[in-house]
Amino acid sequence: MLELRHVTKTFAKGTVNEHTALRDVSLTLQDDDFITILGSNGAGKSTLFGAIAGTFYVDEGEILLDGKHLEGLPEHKRARAVGTLFQDPMKGTAPDLTIEENLSLACNQTRRFPLAMAVQKKDLQFYREQLSAFQMGLEDRMKMKVGLLSGGQRQALTLLMATIAHPKLLLLDEHTAALDPATAEKVMAITVQIVREQKIPTMMITHNMGQALTTGNRTIMMDAGQIILDIAGDERKEMTVPKLMTLYSGARGKELDNDRMLLSQ
Amino acid sequence: MSLTMFLGGLQEGLFYALLAMGVFISFRILNTPDLTTEGSYTLGVAVSAVLTVAGHPVLGLLCAFLAGAAAGSVTGLLQTKVGIHPILAGILTMSGLYTINTAVMGGKPDVTLTKTTIFNKLYEVFNINLQAFNRDRQAFTMAKEITVLIVGAVLALLVLALLIWFFRTHIGLCIRATGNNEAMVRSSSINAGGMKVLGLAVANGCTALAGGVMTQSGGFATISNGAGVLVVGLASVIIGEAIVGRRGVTVGLISAILGSVLYQCLIRLATSLNIFPAYYLKLVSAVIVAIALALPMIRENLGRHHRKGGKSHA
Ligand SMILES: Nc1ncnc2c1ncn2[C@@H]1O[C@H](COP(=O)(O)OP(=O)(O)O)[C@@H](O)[C@H]1O
Ligand SMILES: [Mg+2]
Repeated sequence: MLELRHVTKTFAKGTVNEHTALRDVSLTLQDDDFITILGSNGAGKSTLFGAIAGTFYVDEGEILLDGKHLEGLPEHKRARAVGTLFQDPMKGTAPDLTIEENLSLACNQTRRFPLAMAVQKKDLQFYREQLSAFQMGLEDRMKMKVGLLSGGQRQALTLLMATIAHPKLLLLDEHTAALDPATAEKVMAITVQIVREQKIPTMMITHNMGQALTTGNRTIMMDAGQIILDIAGDERKEMTVPKLMTLYSGARGKELDNDRMLLSQ
Repeated sequence: MSLTMFLGGLQEGLFYALLAMGVFISFRILNTPDLTTEGSYTLGVAVSAVLTVAGHPVLGLLCAFLAGAAAGSVTGLLQTKVGIHPILAGILTMSGLYTINTAVMGGKPDVTLTKTTIFNKLYEVFNINLQAFNRDRQAFTMAKEITVLIVGAVLALLVLALLIWFFRTHIGLCIRATGNNEAMVRSSSINAGGMKVLGLAVANGCTALAGGVMTQSGGFATISNGAGVLVVGLASVIIGEAIVGRRGVTVGLISAILGSVLYQCLIRLATSLNIFPAYYLKLVSAVIVAIALALPMIRENLGRHHRKGGKSHA
């Protein structure tokens, strides 16, 4: 279970660029929650993920994962429990390392003795099985440098790397936005499958409103550093994109503004 | 090219191969130009010289490596713990090392090594002296030269094997990943800062070991021994890559050794043919490195002109 209690973050404090990106945010994520997150540009969605993953330290508030305080820990100490995926497929893998070396990095942070061989024969079968689930042919190219893969293949590999060590939380920041529609759909299907099979509590930022309402079990909407809408259950089942738009403008007194927002259902 | 000249190039090329592998680690694997090199090389010279004079040449080499590793760690900590720009961090360590190196050499600018170098010890072990060679001075010199060559080759291959193994271990892979995609490593559970420090430690350990064995071979240590060695290392790495191509870490380390040997032979050839006087060497090396590093950009520009030309024809 993830708990955010009164989390506030202000960037560039004391300068003309001072900007409060998170304003007293509180949120509880149950273990079986798959939350989708909507919001206009600059609403603070990525900042929310940054606060949890530890890209920066928050100014105020507490962040607890399974009862353990995260807010004081550096990024790399949270990474074992928090898997993160970004929009840019180049970000999550090392291009000059092979597929199996990348997977070994993701797998062995806790269990391997530092001077043991990184890639061991006994792991290869496991990597192969995991990769073959993607049906992208990656399992036959494990000695290939990751830099030679396509964006979709790299993102699928990143997804596997983020989940292979059983994180307690998965954060997806528009992780299919940079892919072509067909590949995006494929990576999305893999995502849903992995989350379901491994039962990882997940948060996913998307600009596709239809997808936000149909994926997962709960949807929140952010604006100006706050959570302005949090729907689940029947309320969510009956929600439509036009209704969501009306709710937003009713709550904020302005139109939803996101240059990439997809309004289609 | 005479045989002795070739032998000399081979010997020094193998000693400098340790330096070239160190530079390969910082420049290619960690992806940072590390100016500590000049200081850590001389640190290796100083530590090895002083311990050799004290009668411990083998310990001298070991301590040279450790001292170099410590120097590399300092640069790494300056980069990661206090956020100093990598180049400036290297310059600061190099500058500080000048004092340390002088202090190690007892405040003197140079040290003459007595007869206890590893080479002299081996001459004794293999009974290489003028009497044993029936006063045949040429055979005696050749036996000595070959001993030096063997020491260089054994040391280079030993360090090569250790490095190949190291960069295939889990921790070695973490270091490679840090140099390759730091953003990824920072958002993973690997301590990117720690990996940089460790990588720079290993790199400068190798560099200092090169200084340590070089000074025992020459029998003389001076505080200015390290001047220009970074460019020598870079030139070796780049020449190696020009021949073998840029592939993985293992191939890269091997090509650094080849590049180093080739570079030492080439500069001997060039000076012996009086193409340029010996003091031009540093300038020539710098120009070679600059051109080699500029090549990708030059190629890209040429490509762009081609495309432009293509368009105007269409
Ligand atoms: N590191 C930073 N420094 C300064 N301002 C930032 C930083 N990160 C985000 N911001 C600002 O915080 C606000 C929220 O950004 P973000 O969370 O990225 O929005 P989004 O909801 O589009 O993901 C934006 O106004 C952005 O400019
Ligand atoms: Mg964002």
